[in-house]
Amino acid sequence: MNQETTTWRIAGGSGDGIDSTSRNFATVLKREGYHIFTHRHYPSRIRGGHTFAEIRIGNKPVLSRGDGYDVLLALGDSFARSESDGAYYGNEEIKPLTENLHDLNEGGVIVYDSSQISSDELPDNLEERADENNWSVIPVGLKDLARENGRAIMRNTAGVGFTAAMLGVDRTSIEDILAESMGDEILEQNKDVLEEAYNRVEKMEDVDIDLPDVVEHDEDQVLLSGDDAVTYGAVDEGVQFIAGYPMTPWTGVFSRLSQIIPKNGGVAEQVEDEIAACAMAVGASHAGAKAMSGSSGGGFALMSEPLGMAEMTETPIVLLEAQRGGPSTGLPTKPEQSDLEHVLYTSQGDGMRFVVAPGNIRECYEQTRLAFQVAYDYQLPGIVMTDQKISGEFRTVDKSFFERDTNLGDIGKTLTEDEIAEEDHHETGKFNRYQYLDDLDGDSVSPRTIPGQKDGRHLTTGNEHNKQGHISEDPENRQEQMDRRMQKLDDIQEDLIDVEYTLQTEFGDEEADVGVITFGSQQGTVREAVDRVNESSDSVKGLGVSQLKPFPVKDVQEFLDSVDECIVVEMNASEQFRNEMVKHVETRRRPHDISLHSLTRYDGNPVRPKQVEDKITQVINNE
Amino acid sequence: MNDFTPLRNDRDEEQVDKDDFTPGIEPQATWCPGCGDFAVLKALKQASAERGLSPDEMLLVTGIGCSGKLSSYFESYGLHSIHGRALPVGRAAKLANTDLEVVVAGGDGDGYGIGGNHFMHTARENHDMTYIVFNNEIFGLTKGQTSPTSPKGHKSKTQYGGSAKDPVRPLSMALSAGASYIARTAATNPRQAAEIVEEAMEHDGFAHIDFLTQCPTWNKDAKEYVPYTDVQQSDDFNFDVSDRAEASQMMEKVEDKLYEGEVLTGRFYVEDTDRPSYHQEKVARGAMSETPVAYQNFGAEREDDYTDAEDLVEKHL
Repeated sequence: MNQETTTWRIAGGSGDGIDSTSRNFATVLKREGYHIFTHRHYPSRIRGGHTFAEIRIGNKPVLSRGDGYDVLLALGDSFARSESDGAYYGNEEIKPLTENLHDLNEGGVIVYDSSQISSDELPDNLEERADENNWSVIPVGLKDLARENGRAIMRNTAGVGFTAAMLGVDRTSIEDILAESMGDEILEQNKDVLEEAYNRVEKMEDVDIDLPDVVEHDEDQVLLSGDDAVTYGAVDEGVQFIAGYPMTPWTGVFSRLSQIIPKNGGVAEQVEDEIAACAMAVGASHAGAKAMSGSSGGGFALMSEPLGMAEMTETPIVLLEAQRGGPSTGLPTKPEQSDLEHVLYTSQGDGMRFVVAPGNIRECYEQTRLAFQVAYDYQLPGIVMTDQKISGEFRTVDKSFFERDTNLGDIGKTLTEDEIAEEDHHETGKFNRYQYLDDLDGDSVSPRTIPGQKDGRHLTTGNEHNKQGHISEDPENRQEQMDRRMQKLDDIQEDLIDVEYTLQTEFGDEEADVGVITFGSQQGTVREAVDRVNESSDSVKGLGVSQLKPFPVKDVQEFLDSVDECIVVEMNASEQFRNEMVKHVETRRRPHDISLHSLTRYDGNPVRPKQVEDKITQVINNE
Repeated sequence: MNDFTPLRNDRDEEQVDKDDFTPGIEPQATWCPGCGDFAVLKALKQASAERGLSPDEMLLVTGIGCSGKLSSYFESYGLHSIHGRALPVGRAAKLANTDLEVVVAGGDGDGYGIGGNHFMHTARENHDMTYIVFNNEIFGLTKGQTSPTSPKGHKSKTQYGGSAKDPVRPLSMALSAGASYIARTAATNPRQAAEIVEEAMEHDGFAHIDFLTQCPTWNKDAKEYVPYTDVQQSDDFNFDVSDRAEASQMMEKVEDKLYEGEVLTGRFYVEDTDRPSYHQEKVARGAMSETPVAYQNFGAEREDDYTDAEDLVEKHL
């Protein structure tokens, strides 16, 4: 069993409150002083079907979901389709137990609700497997316990209480969190159920399962997800407009911002489709608002054309692409990183966009802010890529991390009416919205005006256009406009280097000859694997890439040049990140050839640290 | 950062002339001789002048096609967007700055075909804007393919054996979707066209104008939309424009008659209820501030109690 962390898993059916129960318990553990990392697994179904939530509990910051887990709380599935009725998905009633056995660690504990999962239904070999793996299997009539001391529906409280008691969690901290969401009779009944669960454990023979020793946090911790962090990044940038259409997993950020933006004086719109959503972000931004939209794979596909309009008209917008398994409807509720090429290359013509993929919760906040700043400073789309994994992962973060200055009201180079009066206009009175590089002393960004401003009139069009925005097919003008727009990517890269702002995270042993490189949400997993290898006699280093367009050639080339072999880790089948990397960097600089290896996963589950660790060992040992 | 003048409140008392809406850069439209599109441009200039608008406070959003060029030939802030998407672009601009006079224009393929979904939803939301559809029953700029309003049996290179589809019913569609002002006018009737465009701009909600614009190049078979009848001027038609049922019946007749060679124009539905426009509705629900969003970036006070991340993480303790 892993020495530093304990992982608790609650399993049941969709609609059984698995998610909210686990979130409450995670908050309890955070308040006890632990570091937390959560993971969710759920089907694309409202009622019933195999779902679980995991809490990995440590006394140091937890980097990933880890490998196996230690405690299973198997509730029933209240909405199970029965096998006797010819259920397509098999016997769902016992799935909360049987579907979770394959990755339960040695020495693990299974607590199952024997009032919902009858002992006749247990798999034949459970006893044998328990012996082999040194598992403790504990049937508890959780639903009955709940009914007798409160109400049957309080079985989740009973289960949490039972496992919490085994782990030595203080009962009053669970009572505190219950009191925050309920009152009166319901609260009292829940407390009674909880007390009885604790009593049962006290009377039971001791089971060898513990939490790590608590190390007090230096400061207050907050427990939040990638979705929360993206949302708060947008809020601190002063986002004023959001338009979207529901789609998993984008809905998390969309619904959060739809609640916050109107309270802050802005506008949130759920609209007819993603084409409208993206077109509206363009319209709102054009009229002077700080605007965003977003979606997941299929919805993002619909945004291709308005995305190109934003590039051509040089209208700042921010988009979130929350990836899930593809192609097509794919795996709606499972993580994948297979939209990389889609996001980098979609829409006709030569694209000019800024793309980042944050690697952890903090980066979700910081890089969303950066996407807004770059989008508005350079008048182009800024795209943040998350995925179903990072969007729903809850982690502990120092509360003080969010004590930042906001950036309200900054919409980039936009002239005031006084400034417009000073500017040169075309002889017809039109404002020169799209000037050439020479007019701007080499700057790629031409200042804009907002409809309604006096004497700022110009035309804005998706056609190629001249300085006043009027349609033009003149070859010289075309060349000038293209060159200026294309230069934005170089300018962004230079600006980031000038302020020594790197979006890449390097970790591990600097001297190592073997490296692991990944992008976006896999950073923590790779980091954990790298740490583990370095604790052994081998050494390895890692790089988590977040900046995807413009591609961070210098950072990645330097990393590659420093190793002989490099493993590329990504959650897709066609090695999209590796291909992108190879396009930009040199791996054949004789005599220093770098061998690249790939580790991909696309079965609907995130990469596990053990997989990466094994791959590293394999490469080091030349297997 | 200094002020952004909401022109409407702070306008010079200059007299505006329709010629003020003629741009110096492209004063002459490049539409074919005899094209109905000229009439839309003329009517819009006249109506804007009559309304006393200044070019700076207008945003003209257009789609793609011959009709989309309107924004090149009209002096104002112009946004020539992408095919079928002018409505969401325009309504978002209106939400971002409710002081803007937003006019959206496009062709029948743009509005009733590729952008049909947006037409339906923009109408039901009743955004305070004017939508002019250049209806020439053909795809002109791409050289004469069948459009959503082409009659059944219409022959073109993309319809082997002639179109097997019934044409769309633009007025009925607008009514059932929820537009609050619906009219049809024709290029051949410039006086009525200017009046209707002006009324539509004045209307406090979503105003839809189906503007019959003959295409002399690619739709020679179609009528030149003469003679036309103004139903409000004719004794043959008697219906209440504010009554949905009567309006609906009338629209069906008008839509059928067009393909029989009878051009019926006029106002077909003018809502007289106290239904608010979309942004008014949102403001009333507390879902939008009265100060236009765009002004918040130009000196207007942002809400003092702006909720930032530091406030929001309190609930994650």
